[in-house]
Amino acid sequence: MIKWKKALKLAVVAIITIAILALLQNLLMPKYMTEILEGALISEYYLEENKDHDVIFIGDCEVYENFSPVTLWQEYGITSFIRGSAQQLIWHSYYLLEETLRYEKPKVVVFNVLSMKYDKPQKEAYNRMALDGMPLSLSKLKSIKASMLEEEKFITYLFPILRYHSRWSELSAEDFKYLFKKDKVTHNGYLMRVDVKPVTTIPQARKLANYKLSDICYEYLDKITALCKKNGIELVLIKAPTIYPHWYDEWDKQIEEYARENDLLYINFLKYTDEIGIDYQTDTYDAGLHLNLAGAEKLSRYFGKIIQEKFSLSDRRNDEELSRVWAVKEALYLEEMEKQHAELEELGYLKAYNSRRGED
Amino acid sequence: MLFTSYNFILFLLALFILYYLIPKKYQWLLLLVASFFFYSFSGWDNVAYITITIIATYFAAVKIGQLHETQQSYLKENKGSLTREDKKAYKEKVKSKQKKYLLICLLFDLGILAVLKYTNFVISNVNSISRFFNAGELSFLDIAFPMGISFYTFQSVGYLVDVYRGKYLPEKNIGKFALFVSFFPQLIQGPISRFDDLGSQLYSGHSFNFRNVSFGIQRILWGFFKKLVIADRILPGVRTITQNPETYQGIYVLIGMVFYAIQLYADFTGGIDITIGIAEVLGIKLKENFQRPFFSKSTAEYWRRWHITMGTWFRDYVFYPVSISGPMLKLSKFSREKFGEKIGKRVPVYMSTIIVWFATGIWHGASWNFIVWGLLNCLVIVVSQEFEPFYAWFHNKFNIREKFLFKLFQVGRTFMLMSAIRILDCYRNVRVTFRMYGSMFTKWNVDEVFNGALLELGIDKADYIVLIFGIIIMIAVSLAQRSGSIREKLSARSDILRYAAYVGLFVSIIVFGAYGIGYDSNQFIYNQF
Repeated sequence: MIKWKKALKLAVVAIITIAILALLQNLLMPKYMTEILEGALISEYYLEENKDHDVIFIGDCEVYENFSPVTLWQEYGITSFIRGSAQQLIWHSYYLLEETLRYEKPKVVVFNVLSMKYDKPQKEAYNRMALDGMPLSLSKLKSIKASMLEEEKFITYLFPILRYHSRWSELSAEDFKYLFKKDKVTHNGYLMRVDVKPVTTIPQARKLANYKLSDICYEYLDKITALCKKNGIELVLIKAPTIYPHWYDEWDKQIEEYARENDLLYINFLKYTDEIGIDYQTDTYDAGLHLNLAGAEKLSRYFGKIIQEKFSLSDRRNDEELSRVWAVKEALYLEEMEKQHAELEELGYLKAYNSRRGED
Repeated sequence: MLFTSYNFILFLLALFILYYLIPKKYQWLLLLVASFFFYSFSGWDNVAYITITIIATYFAAVKIGQLHETQQSYLKENKGSLTREDKKAYKEKVKSKQKKYLLICLLFDLGILAVLKYTNFVISNVNSISRFFNAGELSFLDIAFPMGISFYTFQSVGYLVDVYRGKYLPEKNIGKFALFVSFFPQLIQGPISRFDDLGSQLYSGHSFNFRNVSFGIQRILWGFFKKLVIADRILPGVRTITQNPETYQGIYVLIGMVFYAIQLYADFTGGIDITIGIAEVLGIKLKENFQRPFFSKSTAEYWRRWHITMGTWFRDYVFYPVSISGPMLKLSKFSREKFGEKIGKRVPVYMSTIIVWFATGIWHGASWNFIVWGLLNCLVIVVSQEFEPFYAWFHNKFNIREKFLFKLFQVGRTFMLMSAIRILDCYRNVRVTFRMYGSMFTKWNVDEVFNGALLELGIDKADYIVLIFGIIIMIAVSLAQRSGSIREKLSARSDILRYAAYVGLFVSIIVFGAYGIGYDSNQFIYNQF
């Protein structure tokens, strides 16, 4: 009896300790609600009630800044979600796709090939943005293992408090406000920017010693291809029409060849900027690195037509239930757009992006 | 594998579970495997060094033991036929053989330590002399210094000397002896255990005992708190001050001394708490290595309360043997004849004291800093001893010995004196250290401390807040320990208070610990000795 009582006491203490640590973990983890919004992207997918998308995008900022799912819906009745994150590496993309397929089977998966240029993890911050938002799963564990830099520890991804514990001295009102519930910052994964910063000069591309895309990247590209084929999904490889970082012709040829060998559609949008109608004086917010809303909508209109025709995606705007869901999304999209325009008019810049900006 | 690494915590968890799942008679074997597994993380060459030491010491001790047994049975068998002179002659013969084994093994064990630890130090000194005479220089050896070699060598030497002295019989099972030398919790920073104290505990099985396990875990947590919340948080301050002596002089030297005192205390006692706690979970009681040393009222008392097992080791295996050695007895006789009884009797004692402190210094590190550190400690102790009659007269005259404020003064004085000597650990050489001592008297920059300069030492406001709270808790615990074990006291309190304390301690380590990316992952300071 005494033993049981002791065991019960210990169990209660353990539960209370875990609860305290869980609460502290929530408090200490960055919220990404008012700054560095990119950190909030991955987790937003799990908030979607209706995970039934025709198209899933995977990749880096060249997908989540350059394609607008609301435009694809408005123009073609295509439902889509962007599972993008800042400097998402190809193994991140693969495991994200693997995990996404546990929830749904899209008809088309779109992968932006810029990340083929990275054959090893780059920065802990990007790993965190790609991985912290994923719920615990085998795919997440494998992705962590593939992504970690030397100084990173596996256990800190399972218990992020071990990584973020020192944030106690930097806690802000945002951390308490979003302790239990976070707002959505994207529109089906699209991170909207309406500001404009025209292209003035294009940095000279530096010569590389070796233009061969690495074996490890091909290995993951093979895995993505195989996974799509196994699930009857059409894989589309794209290169977004952003003019920097430079996309070398040598890389382009290798991807073209890969697409041909594997019977995949590959579109390098850099070759079709005139057809798309992109004006680099008005359609980019950072001088050519990313498109702004105007550019993203143009690109989405162009791309939507291609995939609808090529893969016979049906126009689902007649589906009443879906239309209701997307009407809410459209309203939020419009609201955000107006909010950003108002902010620009008032301040001359967007608050969320004013404090920093780096290549992602 | 650092004590503060995630791998070590996982290793401990697995070991604790396995230890109580397997039959008791195999527990020592599991500990042996675990100890070598743990040590193998420091490199296979290090495993080779410790294995050689174990094998050499084991065979020498067994041989000495066999000679002892042979002697016993010979004397027993020939009890009636041997005269007193025969017995004496036979015993001397045996002792002489035993001594050969002892000396060969001591030379071997200490030789490994000396070669690995001191060769480059000797080369550097030889080169300094060569430079003076414009002669060629020797190149340094590329040898790694095995983690914990000073500790396991001393433990082996202590065992061998005790067997030679007939204190106990040698351990026959080489595996069990190997465990005594390599027992992982104490392998890298002590405490330095004695075989008669630890051996039987290691080899007898232990049943799961909730109290031992719970007390052990509490002790481990307390050790982590001191290491991660206090020692590693104050470390940048110590480094900034002592690694930039041109910038940080005057008052900063004093701040550096106090910071380093706090860091070393929290680091070393924290490490020992973890060590003793791990052993406690395994049902093994290790010797305490500290008894609130910063409450000492004199240097001699401080050294009886700081790194106790090292102090007693030097006393038993260096000071006593040196004091009664032939040359020392001759010196004693000579000095009594030459300088009279009063001074003459002091000469051998002080000579032995100097030898012990020189050895203590060089044991801590192969550099002149540590040698000077040891000799300064020696100087303070000897001078204090010489002034003892004056102190006694002064205390009686002014009747202050029992006054609280005077005791506080004594504690403060000892703390500052020890801190001043200890800072030799940190500066790059003896000359710089003495220059910094000098700057405390020549450079008056106290005002800088109040102009925000303290925030430029690598410790920010939040760090100071954590440090202040952490140090207050550490002092409060030490004060409370004077009247008995904190864990005993806590276990007598209500469940809510008790568990709140444990959970609070655990959560504090997780949140306020200086670990992970952004912090240097630091070895315990004594791992390097």
